[in-house]
Amino acid sequence: MNELIKVGMADLNVCVSPNAITTLGLGSCVGIVLYDPVKKISGMVHIMLPDSTKILNNSNKAKFADTGIDVLIQTMIKIGADRRTLIAKIAGGAQMFAFSNNSDMMRIGERNVEATKCKLLDLGICLKAEDTGANYGRTIEFYPENGELLIKSVGKERKIL
Amino acid sequence: MVSNIDLNKIDNMQFDVLREIGNIGAGNATTALSQMINSKIDMKVPNVQLLEFKELSDIVGGAENIVVGILFTLEGQIDGMMMFMMEKKAARHIVDLLMGNSEDNNNETFTEMELSALNEIGNIIAGAYLSSLSTLTNMLIVSSVPYLAIDMAGAILSVPAIEFGKIGDKALLIETEFGDQIKAVNGYFILIPTLDSYGAILSSLGL
Repeated sequence: MNELIKVGMADLNVCVSPNAITTLGLGSCVGIVLYDPVKKISGMVHIMLPDSTKILNNSNKAKFADTGIDVLIQTMIKIGADRRTLIAKIAGGAQMFAFSNNSDMMRIGERNVEATKCKLLDLGICLKAEDTGANYGRTIEFYPENGELLIKSVGKERKIL
Repeated sequence: MVSNIDLNKIDNMQFDVLREIGNIGAGNATTALSQMINSKIDMKVPNVQLLEFKELSDIVGGAENIVVGILFTLEGQIDGMMMFMMEKKAARHIVDLLMGNSEDNNNETFTEMELSALNEIGNIIAGAYLSSLSTLTNMLIVSSVPYLAIDMAGAILSVPAIEFGKIGDKALLIETEFGDQIKAVNGYFILIPTLDSYGAILSSLGL
């Protein structure tokens, strides 16, 4: 049977067809999928914060948008992915609670998405699809076989990106 | 005040103190809940854990388990966040008790009135918890209005987890199981003081 590889919070992993890779219950965090469509190699990182340089304790690289994407690319190259073919799909960055004040702490989902897009742009990786923002959680599954990203949410139709 | 607390390297003494704060707070919160629904509620000794993010959502029945989260932001001498979380069916049970609904009510969704009752339950539970913390440390804590969300555990937990993420790689979770004669209900408290506030709490207790 094909394996479904799980990625936890502040965690990353890689996945090769015919297996699939998933992360459960994304809230304000962002799930970033990178994909080499030629070799059918994919990787996923579940980041929690936008910027590692703003945080003192930044040893866990998978926790941040900037360092998480870097490490994911290196890990994918190690198993044979071609850096130049990589494309990206992202999901998450919701605002789970309807806070009345609009402080930075409360806009964390939005900031995670912004930082992710910024980093991808810097690296010249094309963002093929996204399902971000709003106020609900998402579980995502990525299938390197066909490059489809499945998104499941509570009380909503499944989406395929 | 400069704090030198590192959640990754917390010592046993500090952990015990945080656990004791959790115990006392959860005890008070349960008493408050018991008075509110006017029925005897038993409580088990709370289980306090320092968890890695990867493990965090697994303990509440998996990341996709649907839960009710009620979140407060804290100000005053302790800054941070506090969240009270319970499984959706536990929330249903408490709301039914409080509003005198018939027992076999299995409505999937909460009415406006029931959501408001849940907010109030959160308010009272968090209020009891925070006032015991405030008495213990002799520090002023001001809490915001309750913010409620019903969604997957992982998604709800991401909000406090991100706050913990700013100061370390672990989160402090207090699980308390309480129930009336009919049903046990699991509730989880998550208190997230900012790094400076951790130091302030511990030093107010002479550590």
